[in-house]
Amino acid sequence: MEPALFIVFGAIAVGGAIMVVTRRHPMASALYLILTLFAVAGLFVLRQAHFLAAIQVIVYAGAVVVLFVFVIMLINVPEDKLPVERVTGMRFLGVVVAGLLILESALIVRRSGMAGTPAADSGSVEAVGRALFTDYLLAFELTSVLLLAAVIGAIALAKKKI
Amino acid sequence: MMEPSAYLLLSGILFGIGVAGVVARKNVLIILMSVEIMLNAVNVAFIAVGSSLGDVTGSIFAFMVMTVAAAEAAVGLAILIAIYRLKETIDITELSILKW
Amino acid sequence: MVGGILNYLWLVPALPLLGVIVNSAIALFAERPLLLAEAGSEEHGHGTSLHGAGHHAAPPYRRLVAFLGPAVVGASFLVSLLSVLALAARPAHDRLFVQVLFPWVTAGSFDAAVAFQLDPLSSVMILVVTGVGFLIHVYSVGYMSHEKAFARYFVYLNLFTFTMLLLVLGSNFLLMFVGWEGVGLCSYLLIGYWYEKKSAADAGKKAFIVNRVGDFGFLVAIFLIFWTFGTVDYPEVFARIPGLADSGVLTTGVATAITLLLFVGAVGKSAQIPLYVWLPDAMEGPTPVSALIHAATMVTAGVYMVARTSPLFLLAPASMAVVAVVGAATAIFSATIGICQNDIKRVLAYSTVSQLGYMFLACGVGAFTAGIFHLMTHAFFKALLFLGSGSVIHALSGEQDMQKMGSLKKRLPVTFTTMFIATLAISGIPGLSGFFSKDEILWKSFSSGHGHVGLWLVGTAAAGITAFYMFRLVFLTFFGPSRMDPEVEKHVHESPYSMTVPLMLLAVLSVGGGWIGIPEALGGHNYFEAWLAPVFGHGAEGAAHGGAHHSAALEYLLMAGSVGVALCGIGLAYYLYRGRPEKPKEIAGRVPGLYDVVFHKYYVDEIYDAVIVQRIVNGSIWLWEAFDATFIDGIVNGVATIVSGAGDRMRRVQTGVVGNYALSLLVGAVILVGFLIWP
Repeated sequence: MEPALFIVFGAIAVGGAIMVVTRRHPMASALYLILTLFAVAGLFVLRQAHFLAAIQVIVYAGAVVVLFVFVIMLINVPEDKLPVERVTGMRFLGVVVAGLLILESALIVRRSGMAGTPAADSGSVEAVGRALFTDYLLAFELTSVLLLAAVIGAIALAKKKI
Repeated sequence: MMEPSAYLLLSGILFGIGVAGVVARKNVLIILMSVEIMLNAVNVAFIAVGSSLGDVTGSIFAFMVMTVAAAEAAVGLAILIAIYRLKETIDITELSILKW
Repeated sequence: MVGGILNYLWLVPALPLLGVIVNSAIALFAERPLLLAEAGSEEHGHGTSLHGAGHHAAPPYRRLVAFLGPAVVGASFLVSLLSVLALAARPAHDRLFVQVLFPWVTAGSFDAAVAFQLDPLSSVMILVVTGVGFLIHVYSVGYMSHEKAFARYFVYLNLFTFTMLLLVLGSNFLLMFVGWEGVGLCSYLLIGYWYEKKSAADAGKKAFIVNRVGDFGFLVAIFLIFWTFGTVDYPEVFARIPGLADSGVLTTGVATAITLLLFVGAVGKSAQIPLYVWLPDAMEGPTPVSALIHAATMVTAGVYMVARTSPLFLLAPASMAVVAVVGAATAIFSATIGICQNDIKRVLAYSTVSQLGYMFLACGVGAFTAGIFHLMTHAFFKALLFLGSGSVIHALSGEQDMQKMGSLKKRLPVTFTTMFIATLAISGIPGLSGFFSKDEILWKSFSSGHGHVGLWLVGTAAAGITAFYMFRLVFLTFFGPSRMDPEVEKHVHESPYSMTVPLMLLAVLSVGGGWIGIPEALGGHNYFEAWLAPVFGHGAEGAAHGGAHHSAALEYLLMAGSVGVALCGIGLAYYLYRGRPEKPKEIAGRVPGLYDVVFHKYYVDEIYDAVIVQRIVNGSIWLWEAFDATFIDGIVNGVATIVSGAGDRMRRVQTGVVGNYALSLLVGAVILVGFLIWP
């Protein structure tokens, strides 16, 4: 069951990601990004990480991408003012090197050969919640500080008159 | 159950696509989305290895990454808005005053 | 109690140092603002006092300086006197006192402490330095009373006394070198005291640079001594001589090298051929400075150093011969120059050079005692001569040309009397100090094992010439018709007591200073030789050994000969400058070429200028233009050009486009990962 679903979700994720980076208009990219994120959430479910899958949908698809869409519509760049993408030596080199990076990661994966099955409760809401509020309590609280900082920063940056 | 190698390979592919988007695109919005893809790719790796080791730490890490990603997106987009107000462009190659 | 004073030996140099500190504080904080204010007001055209503070109500600090400057040296003299008495109370073989104050330079096997050594030799030196120095300080109070930079003068004078005492009291070569450099510095400062005058500033520089040539030799000699002996302490070095000589480490060659290098230093400091040229020019300084530095003390440092290292010199007969020949040559060479000089101070300067030649002649023939003896008596009468000439110059409002003097005998009685005594002393008239010391040298140069009849002949001839030009000086200055400017003549006055009393005291010393060393041939007892015997035991012995073959009759004969020569010189001077005043010009006219050469000091300065100075100047210009401006600057500018050029190209890497930075980051990461997973 899992391999089949993996192939489906993986293909959607990869295809969506490719579409994200290749669309001309950012709105299209944002919609494909949602697709990719959902596919990744599906992959999380396959690995029994239910909690992560949930917040992937809620936080990413629900908040971050909405934020993107919101900004895209807010600044509303006219079609003719969108940057003109042209293939230059630099860009081509970048894509080639990115391909090399994928190749290298494939090599590493082939060499490492990890084995094992997922524990039933390793990613469940209960297990993650327990760990978050016991062992990682300090880190968890600090993320709230980080988010607060991000909120203040975002407000300060986006204000009309600083 | 599958071994995590396939997930790791998928993670590498997603990461590579994200990287290609960052270095090859001029649109700042799409670059930011590519960064999100890269972060997601890392999360896939964390979850895959974490679950196959039966350890919750992978999930915790992925959770932290998500938090950072959210913060990054908020601040990044705020900066983008500020820049757009100032320069009327979202072309990254035109935002190159920070040199010699 | 008697010995206890020796523990306060450090006070001898420390007291002048105290004077330096207090006086320089006064000079900096009290005098300098006044001088600057005055210079400022003169510049702005409404200057009130051209004659300086001297004629106004003297600022109180001048009284303090006038008291303190001489007082510290006087106190130092008292301590020295008591210390020497304490030393004399000890048995002869025990007359060596070393006071270690604190360790100074300790590096590996090298160890030099700040330590003072009192032995018969250094005791003579500190008495001369502080005694004569004190009189000159007192004299300076009167002589310099019209000077604006009064405190500065005394700072230098005290500093000089301090460094000179360091030189003679130091218990190792390194401390001696510090003092050696210190007196060089002070002579530079004092010669250039009137630094507004270009000739004075140049003379100061000349003295400094010529001295530096000698100092180099001295420094190399110290290195060589350390290399050979492994120490620089006098007692250690001299104690190791016999052992090292036996073991073959200290060969005659090494000893010759060391002593010749030491002698190079001595030649520079004591103004011998070929480095004597700075001394006559040094007369640009104030006259008491000439008396203190360039007659009585500093120039004798070289003689002291040769005497101090006499055990080494005795190991190197070749060096002894060099010392003797250079001394004799200098004695006669500069004496002949002295004949033709018209500047009263320059005559005395060449006379000093000549007398120093005598001292080296004495050292060179192994008669170190005689050399030091002459050093002492010379300090008395030459200081007196300089101070007397200073008194004359003071009376004549700064006139130094003897051709514009004359008939001052009645106008300056004290100055005349004292200077006449000094002239008799330097000429070697029996009974006065110069006679005993000079005759001792001449006798030793004839009789000693290192001596030679030729040296004696040269020395005697120089003695005759000395008598001639000294009496020429006296006749031109004090006798005959007045040749002064009428304006100057109106102001002629005898000097104040602060100047005449030192003259009188020095006159007494010039007469009696020699009586402590009356040779036994004349029925005296040579206390001086006995006193120095512990230091020069070996040398004196050798000299006496050589002299044993000669009879007392011969000594009388030679004595009579030198006195006769001196009298001939005096008679000739009388004949030429009193009897037939037109004669000198006539003679000069008859041999114009020779007269010109001598008058221009054998053109030595010109030769040095052409052969050495111009070469160095041209070489320096070449180095500046070709080497420094092209090569060094080329390197510096080249580096700058390369760096800025490289930067100009490199900065293009920084495009400001974030994508490019991300790409380079990516390439770096890929390379790094590739390197890590490389099979």
